Amino acid sequence: MTETTGQITNRRVVHLAGEIDLEHAPQVRKVLLGAVEQGRMILVDMAEVEYIDSSGIACLIEALQEARKNSADLALITVNPQAMRVLALARLDTVFDIHDDLTSAVRA
Amino acid sequence: MIDAAVKAAAQAESLDTLLQVRFLAKVDRIKLIRPGVEATARMCGLAPSVARDVVLAVDEACQNIILHAYKGRESGEIDLTLMRYGEGIVVELRDRAPTVDPREIQHRDLHDIKPGKLGSYFMSAIMDRLEYLAAPGGGNLLRMYKRKDGST
Repeated sequence: MTETTGQITNRRVVHLAGEIDLEHAPQVRKVLLGAVEQGRMILVDMAEVEYIDSSGIACLIEALQEARKNSADLALITVNPQAMRVLALARLDTVFDIHDDLTSAVRA
Repeated sequence: MIDAAVKAAAQAESLDTLLQVRFLAKVDRIKLIRPGVEATARMCGLAPSVARDVVLAVDEACQNIILHAYKGRESGEIDLTLMRYGEGIVVELRDRAPTVDPREIQHRDLHDIKPGKLGSYFMSAIMDRLEYLAAPGGGNLLRMYKRKDGST
């Protein structure tokens, strides 16, 4: 699992890559909560997420709830079909704000 | 470990053990078995997307054993057995931890959005049938079935 964080216009963009599982969830949680603490609009790029399980989903939910608590926005972008399948299984595909790509997320 | 019910199923149709592996209950070991589970599910006739779902179900079951049965005791062992069951797969996961009441690992209400407690939901949503059993000689035995046509 790797992660990088950048800034585009006024959005903080967190790129997640690899396998987000029980082993890597603590690292992902730290990165996402850190981004929420520092930004008002957070985009989580999931294009390179190869695998995600319930522990990874828990990180996303916690970050979303923390963002809402801080009156910040958190959205997911370029969610690949595998990750979307897991979000849909948990019926979270309608809970998260999900954009096809960075351009549409920035325009939103 | 194959009990009478599975033996009966084996007599009704072919039940071949395709993969058996024992691994320590450590969080960094689950990724080692994922490719084997996916390849075996494909070998059993499941579509690629269904095979990936089965991988998730097995992953979540392993997490439950690590977190709830062994409670983080990394010296605990997990036995994974994958069997062909007609056009489908039977997954057995056996541990040697104190017996866990399946009611203790119930998933949360999906409408109550909060982190955690989704793993057992994924397992039941993906697999056709789950059986929580006491393992002969101690420990817990989870058996999960997934058929190509969804029947059990």
